[in-house]
Amino acid sequence: MKISQMQELLEARVLCCEENTDRHVYSACGCDLMSDVLAFVKDQAVLLTGLVNPQVIRTAEMMDMICVVFVRSKVPSQEMIDLAKESGIVLMVSDKRLYEACGLLYTNGLVGNKVKK
Amino acid sequence: MSEELIFHFQVDGDDFTSAGQASIQIKKNLRRLGLDPETIRRVSIAMYEGEINMVIHAGGGEADVKVCESYIEIILKDNGPGIKNIEQAMQEGFSTAPDQIRSLGFGAGMGLPNMKRYTDDMKIESELGKGTIVTMRVNI
Repeated sequence: MKISQMQELLEARVLCCEENTDRHVYSACGCDLMSDVLAFVKDQAVLLTGLVNPQVIRTAEMMDMICVVFVRSKVPSQEMIDLAKESGIVLMVSDKRLYEACGLLYTNGLVGNKVKK
Repeated sequence: MSEELIFHFQVDGDDFTSAGQASIQIKKNLRRLGLDPETIRRVSIAMYEGEINMVIHAGGGEADVKVCESYIEIILKDNGPGIKNIEQAMQEGFSTAPDQIRSLGFGAGMGLPNMKRYTDDMKIESELGKGTIVTMRVNI
């Protein structure tokens, strides 16, 4: 699925790196606990979260993710947007709740990988 | 790579939101050296967790990353309170982090186990009241 298609499904607003929205992603993870993202994520290129602080962007960078979707209308700070720009990470904001956002992506084909420990 | 390279960082302990800067820099440096992406990922995640730990528990510290021909060594040194029971600290879910850190998405007792998970070897030396040295190795 292209990031731009995710944007449509989630009725999201792109905050930065719009030039990268034609990239394809094959799996995603929804999580507010960055420690768990660092522990369990493997090859998921998209993070959906309701957590807003710079460590979200650093965690995404560490995991080689290319897109972060903030759910529940959470808006990241300018510092976070600048950090994401440095790494080319697309940031989006959606009004959807985490459960609904994940469900929409999943039912439209972004089924993701099984959790690997 | 015939000779080893050493990168040194001071980890500022005052501001949790800036934690991770050294790990981001290491990731960039290792990419420039052309190392395998999975190796880079393992090193940077382990160091990031360690850096976060130093900021949460020890008021910062120092990080050294040594890139050798067959392995990468990360040494994290702090002058914090030390770890009372290392075996307990290594258990997933055990945490002494304050609630404020938990609300930021960390402090769930996954840091040290993650560091072990992503490295080939990890050693912790800690003395109460003096500090902690964590040495990790990732084979190339």
